[in-house]
Amino acid sequence: MTATTAPPTPVASLTRPRPEWPDATGHFGPYGGRFVPEALIAALDELTEAYEQMRVDPVFLAEFERLHRDYTGRPSPITEVPRFAEHCGGARVLLKREDLNHTGSHKINNVLGQALLTKRIGKKRVIAETGAGQHGVATATAAALMGLDCTVYMGEEDTRRQALNVARMRLLGAEVIPVTTGSKTLKDAINEAFRDWVTNVETTNYVFGTVAGPHPFPAMVRDFQRVIGDEARAQLLEREGRLPDAVLACVGGGSNAIGIFTAFVPDADVRLVGLEAGGDGVETGRHASSITGGDPGVLHGARSYLLQDANGQTVESHSISAGLDYPGVGPEHSHLHDLGRAEYRPVTDSQAMEAFALLCRTEGIIPAIESAHALAGAITLGRELGPDALLLVNLSGRGDKDVETASAWFGLGGTRGDAPTDSDERAVEDGHGGEPGPALGTPEETTVQDGDAL
Amino acid sequence: MSAPGTTSLLAERIGVARSEGRSALIAYLPVGYPTVPGSIEAMVAAVEGGADVVEIGVPYSDPGMDGPTIQEAVEVAVQAGVGMADVLTAVAAVAQAGAVPVVMSYWNPIERYGVQRFATDLAAAGGAGAITPDLVPDEAAAWIAASEEAGLDRVFLVAPSSTPARLATTTAACRGFVYAASTMGVTGTRATVGDAAEVLVARTREAAGADLAVCVGLGVSNGDQAAEVAAFADGVIVGSAYVRQLLDGHGPDGVRALSADLAEGVRRR
Repeated sequence: MTATTAPPTPVASLTRPRPEWPDATGHFGPYGGRFVPEALIAALDELTEAYEQMRVDPVFLAEFERLHRDYTGRPSPITEVPRFAEHCGGARVLLKREDLNHTGSHKINNVLGQALLTKRIGKKRVIAETGAGQHGVATATAAALMGLDCTVYMGEEDTRRQALNVARMRLLGAEVIPVTTGSKTLKDAINEAFRDWVTNVETTNYVFGTVAGPHPFPAMVRDFQRVIGDEARAQLLEREGRLPDAVLACVGGGSNAIGIFTAFVPDADVRLVGLEAGGDGVETGRHASSITGGDPGVLHGARSYLLQDANGQTVESHSISAGLDYPGVGPEHSHLHDLGRAEYRPVTDSQAMEAFALLCRTEGIIPAIESAHALAGAITLGRELGPDALLLVNLSGRGDKDVETASAWFGLGGTRGDAPTDSDERAVEDGHGGEPGPALGTPEETTVQDGDAL
Repeated sequence: MSAPGTTSLLAERIGVARSEGRSALIAYLPVGYPTVPGSIEAMVAAVEGGADVVEIGVPYSDPGMDGPTIQEAVEVAVQAGVGMADVLTAVAAVAQAGAVPVVMSYWNPIERYGVQRFATDLAAAGGAGAITPDLVPDEAAAWIAASEEAGLDRVFLVAPSSTPARLATTTAACRGFVYAASTMGVTGTRATVGDAAEVLVARTREAAGADLAVCVGLGVSNGDQAAEVAAFADGVIVGSAYVRQLLDGHGPDGVRALSADLAEGVRRR
């Protein structure tokens, strides 16, 4: 295979042929659609139409490309991580460095597109939901850049475990509203954002953070995120002269995973592996693995896999990672799962934190705990595939925001004077809190092969 | 009684009210607040006070269209594990009390129970049909087929933001009445009902023709507001104000008194 030219720009991504799904009304096979109050249909129609016009408008495309290059810092590089890969059965591991984007994650790819769309439809205010705070920070950033008012809904529980991101959003001029209903996490923040939207839809656009929700969000967010995979595919052909054997990404709502998968969907020999948050283990019921441990239903405007009880009530999810702590998943993932084109595996809190520490100590990269789930998947899959395998892992975000949670997990002791958060308590309870030393040994001491100590 | 598929229980009852020169009073209460028997007692009290129709709310964990009052009550019911069997018990009790029971449910509890099974069991319990606030006709093929077969009413919503084309397709898919959500927003009592409701009702009638009743919900909390809405709508839907009676500890007596005030309102000329 011959090498190709430079990675495609975001513009090239948007004008590229799209997958055959969704259909005109937003269905990915039996999934997706629009399960919303009639009051929102007009706004969703307006967004759909405006987006379809915008994505082929040369003026928009030039602005979008300029922002991604000069503001976000695209293309993001590929980094090979050989010392980490020693723990992956000898497979080679390449990271797609979305953690190096401005604001620290892949979320910026999507919000720049949706913020430009907001201006195009003449609205002055944006609202967003956020779990880990990455989408909230990205939205607050885009709003500051483009002069839009910004309100972010965040579960009260998440405002505690991601306090750094709350401060960032406020510094950027956004109003952060802690949501105290239900489980006080991402799902309730989405409910509250929808309530705001239906009330203020004349002036307000909802900048949705992931490939879930009602049509057009799953398709539109995918289109904005597919630059990850389009770039990575070209970068791999350029430097390796071949495609990877597998592409791995963590899946909460699933936007970084769809972003890196989409370019590879037609490459039948490339395995697409989504890593769901397994929490304490799917068998314990305390997890966030919607595909592995849930079944189809309707939540937040779309049909997809979700965690629900016999009465159809959404079941609370559990994960050490706020960004994956969501009981649903984007409809395209449900479709890819049913088609057998992608596979979804759970990664427990412990496995994710083991991979987190390993990347820190072997490569000098502190990943987001979300992305550490994908790294844990690489450790397992690498051992299954053996030394010739080439794995591409989406490092969707950086771990600055997770320093306190990780410190508590590994018992590194506090650098803060304030009381521990719920998440810290969870980390201490589940991890090695209070026991210094063995939790974070040198890589050589690390016995990840046994899947326990670290 | 007519055979399934021929008579709409809701249209029939609203027609009786119209023949009396008034609007129908439609009361919403969720099953399971404060308890299942307590909620059924409240529904019966609403009927005794003068409600023609009771909207029987199915508790749901993610009520995206509801404001804080209904959220608070429903969360208690969800925590208690209230499910469709309890809803069907309430349906039978309301029918027994002499009002027309119609279920109000977000879509997932119905899909989880099974659309066919829900239609069959609801008809058997004496229910008129269902109001589905987050199911638009575009996604409702299975429900339209099942409700048609069981002879049940289907109430979809229209909103001030609905285009003329959507008003036409939505009202065409309705059976029993169409729910005009009078304001852009979530459920809850409001100081004034506003002109938007009257405009929406007029636009809806224009799209639907004279055969489909138009009932107005969102914001009505007392007899005066009910009278205001009754001047232009076939039915007045009241939810949060009823739930407020229970949250404030006034119990079935409070519900009965509110019904009496609202029933007087819908009869005012």
